[in-house]
Amino acid sequence: MYEFDYHRPGTLDAAVKLAGEADAKILAGGHTLIPTLKQRLAAPKLLVDLHAVRELQGVHLKDGQLVIGAMTTHAHVADSALVKAHLPGLAALAAGIGDPHVRHRGTIGGSVANNDPAADYPSAVLALNATIITNKRSIKADDFFKGMFETALAEGEIITHFSFPAGIKSGYAKFPNPASRYALVGVYVAQHGSDARVAVTGAGANGVFRASTLEAALKGNFSAAALEGKSVPADGINSDMHADAAYRAHLIGVMARRAVAAAH
Amino acid sequence: MPMIHMTVNGKAVKGHAEPRTLLVEFIRDTLRLTGTHVGCDTSQCGACVVHVDGHAIKSCTTLAVACEGAHVTTIEGLAHGTDLHPMQEAFREHHGLQCGYCTPGMIMSAVDMVNRKGHELSEHTIREELEGNICRCTGYHNIVKAVAAGAKAMQGMAKAAE
Ligand SMILES: Cc1cc2nc3c(=O)[nH]c(=O)nc-3n(C[C@H](O)[C@H](O)[C@H](O)COP(=O)(O)OP(=O)(O)OC[C@H]3O[C@@H](n4cnc5c(N)ncnc54)[C@H](O)[C@@H]3O)c2cc1C
Ligand code: FES
Ligand code: FES
Repeated sequence: MYEFDYHRPGTLDAAVKLAGEADAKILAGGHTLIPTLKQRLAAPKLLVDLHAVRELQGVHLKDGQLVIGAMTTHAHVADSALVKAHLPGLAALAAGIGDPHVRHRGTIGGSVANNDPAADYPSAVLALNATIITNKRSIKADDFFKGMFETALAEGEIITHFSFPAGIKSGYAKFPNPASRYALVGVYVAQHGSDARVAVTGAGANGVFRASTLEAALKGNFSAAALEGKSVPADGINSDMHADAAYRAHLIGVMARRAVAAAH
Repeated sequence: MPMIHMTVNGKAVKGHAEPRTLLVEFIRDTLRLTGTHVGCDTSQCGACVVHVDGHAIKSCTTLAVACEGAHVTTIEGLAHGTDLHPMQEAFREHHGLQCGYCTPGMIMSAVDMVNRKGHELSEHTIREELEGNICRCTGYHNIVKAVAAGAKAMQGMAKAAE
């Protein structure tokens, strides 16, 4: 790692100020950032650790929305009675990230801000049509993800919370890469009235995306049977040493059916 | 260099560390507690697992400065003098190790597993929970047996302490 300075501010205002300095970077759970620093792929002058900003932690139910602080760990989301009661699919997703030690440190804010094309959370944020709340504004999920590792966040902008619609039927299924546990393909499905949203991670050459053919098939009939024989074209799907595009495209259909079957 | 303060294995400690110093480096190089190992340094193997404020974490992927004021338990903090912790004893009894490199991380993970999931652990649960701990020697079989036995024995420990 190159040298850097470190601050752990106690308030959001102080964090925003520090994050606005030249070459500053936010530190959440560090489970993406520290490995990146070790490889010298980034050289920030200053790390702004958000762990002491209390208001960024925890889960609350407010006006029919499940509000989750950006610094809430994967383990906390997985175990939260509120998340289990109102969005069990989201709790199950969090319980399947990495391993117990990763879940004790990694945060939802870090995962979504990073927008790794194989990360789990972006699919839930997109399928559930969540709102990303920052120190400056609210961003709809459809406007947030801008391609691999790219988001609508401006330099120094801090995600403070996520607002998820509580109590809608949803589910997640992932085919994990057996070595890393990241998604080779992960599909999050959510029922919004008679419509459905289906978001796919791990497969898209541009990161997380909505599978419109599968959404159309689920319209008015939110069942695994409605997806029988439906698939996603292999154009724009990733090919790498782990799986080629045709295989991943096939897995999207399979995971989507499993996600609907698991949804509640 | 900043001065860092922590409680490690029940004792107040302090030492200088650069902001980029990893928790595992602070534990091994500054505190000279070399039971915590570095197997991969890429966050995968779990040889470096310690407990910070009661949770198992990978100390190769945590900055020492970020643990200012924290309570840290390492493998050295489990035994009482020459009396091994029940989980250590179970690893010995069930041949849960060969070279021993992964063992401190396995044991710290196993104790954390019991803290979260209780004393009756199925083979499936243990295998799932050891996702973040790699062993190159044993083939895991005896580790799984040791964790199941150690989990039960820890119940006796809790009772004995009452
Ligand atoms: C062994 C291992 C296995 C893993 N397996 C999986 C897996 O199966 N699935 C999965 O999805 N992920 C997996 N991960 C990644 C893990 O979930 C990370 O914790 C996560 O991607 C990043 O979250 P973090 O809190 O650690 O963020 P950090 O690493 O601290 O930060 C990541 C990036 O986000 C920025 N950032 C952080 N918080 C904010 C914020 N509030 N506002 C704005 N920007 C912010 C940081 O500046 C940085 O650029 C794995 C990681 C490891 C080490
Ligand atoms: S040394 Fe920390 S996970 Fe391998
Ligand atoms: S006993 Fe040798 S690595 Fe596990």
